[in-house]
Amino acid sequence: MRRCFYFRGIGLAVGLMAGGLAMAQSADLAPLLKTLRDVDREGKGHRAASQAWAELTRQCDAHQLPAILAAIDGASPLAANWLRAAVDTVAERQMQKQGKMPIAELETFLGQKQHDQRARRLAYEWIARNDSTAPDRLIPRMLDDPSLELRRDAVARVLTAAEQALAAKDDELALTTYRKALQSARDLDQVKVVTEALKKLGHPVDLAHHFGFVQDWQLVGPFDNRQGKGFDTAYPAEAAVDLSANYSAESGTLRWALHHTDDEYGFVDLNKALGKHMAVVAYAVAEFQSDRQQPIELRLGTESANKIWLNGKLLSSAEVYHANGTMDQYVGRGELQPGRNLILLKICQNAQTEAWAQDWKFQLRVCDSTGRAVLATDRAGPRTTEPQTAAKAAQE
Amino acid sequence: MPRTQTILSRLSIALTLGCLVVALCAADWLQFRGPESNSVSPDAPPPAQWSDTGGIAWKAELPGRGPSSPIVVGDRVVVTCSSGTKQDRLHVLCFDAHSGKPLWERQFWATGRTLSHPSSANAAPTPASDGRLIFAFYSSNDLVCLDLDGNLKWFRGLAHDFPHAGNDVGMSSSPLVIGDVVIVQVECQGDSFASGVDKLTGESRWRIPRPREASWASPTVLRGATPPQDLVLLQSPSQITAHDPASGQQRWAYRVACDGISSAVASEGTVYVPSKGMTALKSSASSEPEVLWNAPMLQPGAASPLIDRRNLFAINRAGVLVCANAADGQIVWRVRLEGEFWGTPVLAGNRLYCISQKGKGQVVQISDDGRRGEIVGGGQLDGTIQCSPAISDGALYVRSDQHLWKIAAP
Repeated sequence: MRRCFYFRGIGLAVGLMAGGLAMAQSADLAPLLKTLRDVDREGKGHRAASQAWAELTRQCDAHQLPAILAAIDGASPLAANWLRAAVDTVAERQMQKQGKMPIAELETFLGQKQHDQRARRLAYEWIARNDSTAPDRLIPRMLDDPSLELRRDAVARVLTAAEQALAAKDDELALTTYRKALQSARDLDQVKVVTEALKKLGHPVDLAHHFGFVQDWQLVGPFDNRQGKGFDTAYPAEAAVDLSANYSAESGTLRWALHHTDDEYGFVDLNKALGKHMAVVAYAVAEFQSDRQQPIELRLGTESANKIWLNGKLLSSAEVYHANGTMDQYVGRGELQPGRNLILLKICQNAQTEAWAQDWKFQLRVCDSTGRAVLATDRAGPRTTEPQTAAKAAQE
Repeated sequence: MPRTQTILSRLSIALTLGCLVVALCAADWLQFRGPESNSVSPDAPPPAQWSDTGGIAWKAELPGRGPSSPIVVGDRVVVTCSSGTKQDRLHVLCFDAHSGKPLWERQFWATGRTLSHPSSANAAPTPASDGRLIFAFYSSNDLVCLDLDGNLKWFRGLAHDFPHAGNDVGMSSSPLVIGDVVIVQVECQGDSFASGVDKLTGESRWRIPRPREASWASPTVLRGATPPQDLVLLQSPSQITAHDPASGQQRWAYRVACDGISSAVASEGTVYVPSKGMTALKSSASSEPEVLWNAPMLQPGAASPLIDRRNLFAINRAGVLVCANAADGQIVWRVRLEGEFWGTPVLAGNRLYCISQKGKGQVVQISDDGRRGEIVGGGQLDGTIQCSPAISDGALYVRSDQHLWKIAAP
């Protein structure tokens, strides 16, 4: 018995020494990691960082990977890439030596959701390359993970299960499983798969509601945008939003007009709403009721030059025409205030005459940083047989 | 006398061996359209036929998409890819040229805009190398420098520095290394510029504003009498300009509507620019080049023209390969090819290698007198192919969105 305690004591001492050694090693890495985190625009800090990177990858072993991964937390996008390359280099050398990867330490890092989500995903990928059981062990519990890449893998597994239920003609199970996938899915391609399946099962989804597309707008235009000058001209409609105001323009007196879109992706076609014009500016305003202060993203899709304001603050600006309009193309990050908020968009059309340059439309949604819809508190419920969408469920 | 004979004999052997070594030393294919940006290889031509049963030395899988072309540095083949639902994962891969074995892979996270037309991808620009370092560039305007063993030397996010740099249709201009400078052309409706980046440190040596118009053309080298006299040509939809690569200082400009995709090619002081068909410009010390000729019938499609000393080649939008006399732009022969072409053909010996977007390779043999061209072979590769092939050591390297092939004689 005494002998057992004796060995346990030795084990503990060795463990503490090893732990202390690892801490000391991590502490030694700190100046190198700081040098990498200090890289900045225009190549600032590169000379020191290049030496630090070489030293870091020379002296590090795989057990220090969590320390490098943790250094990605809060790092600039530039520094994150220097650190990522160090992680990959150390890990790849470990594998080439056929050495053991510190799976347990990496899994601990993966489990700590406060870390940078790309770093957690990177940790997972090195785990999975060394442990074939990792996807089955780890991914199913990541359906609501803050890492969208990990979440995507988990959703894919649920979709597979739903398809299997469909194949087995168990519609009830398929319905439940697809609904589960819809609650977690954030990527458009996966949402499309789910909604098409649910539609076939007789349960169509209100996509505009699911994604948080704004469907009710006040529109005014057209204002002059010849030679592109309208983009930087603050017309009265922009300078102070007054929905009861009249504006004098070349085409006559302009007034704000209500516009509702039933498009499932929230598109507002300005060619139809305001008439077909070239080299013009339109404004769109939406009121948004929020029950609390909360950070949100205003995600705009349009082929037109645009600006996004929230409560008078400019969040995003892009003077780009006809470059492949896509959902979530431009992101303005802001904060909703409790009560009434005002979203203002400026959507500019240029004078290009090509057939592909005639679109003058936009879609805008309000969501959180993961892409989950944030719905106005006074918004009507979804036009669907679904009991509740992911967004509604999350808000409730 | 015997002693003299011995010395001469040894000298002769040394010279012969020297020539042999030079002859055996395969030329690297260091950048988009090869070492001289003219799509011509000094090496022996690769096989004229290939199929699943012959002519393919190896085939390697790729983890992501990319219209970018492979490059060959010594015995290493380097390819870039992009992956992820947002095309925000940037890959640089290195393969052993002899075996196709993967040697290393590095990944990065895009810092700029990653959207593109579905037919393109973030990994659209072709990487470049100076023989010791690799410079990988992406549509997101991320520029990565690695050594040949995959060690990071530096990382630049040009769209992180200039947030309005980008084009959601995708960008594709490939970097070019001249001397100690990596030259990138970031031309778009937002922050539009060209920049010379110090190849060793990644620091900006120069940056000049460019027209705020979308352009997909790549910078081209115009060789001078000596390396310090080399110029870089920057082609935009409304002009082509020549600059000192070390300082970015403009040497001449020619204001003319140029193609937005197909890039100029240069040889012996003459620039052949896809403009109003094709226009030949004689570079000069004055502020504007001399126009030598214009050939409206030589309008290339997306693929860039290529040039050997006497002939200029272009594939037009109808898929017809046109050969013209480089001296006057007169058409010498035409050959109708099958398919649409994004990749620029490459020339080795008397053979032109043209790979269509659907992977149909067509090899055109040029007669010794240059007066005729005919399809003599080819082969089918699977997948979408938008790259321009690389040639090194008698092998042709081609990549699709899924695979990299080496086509070579056994």
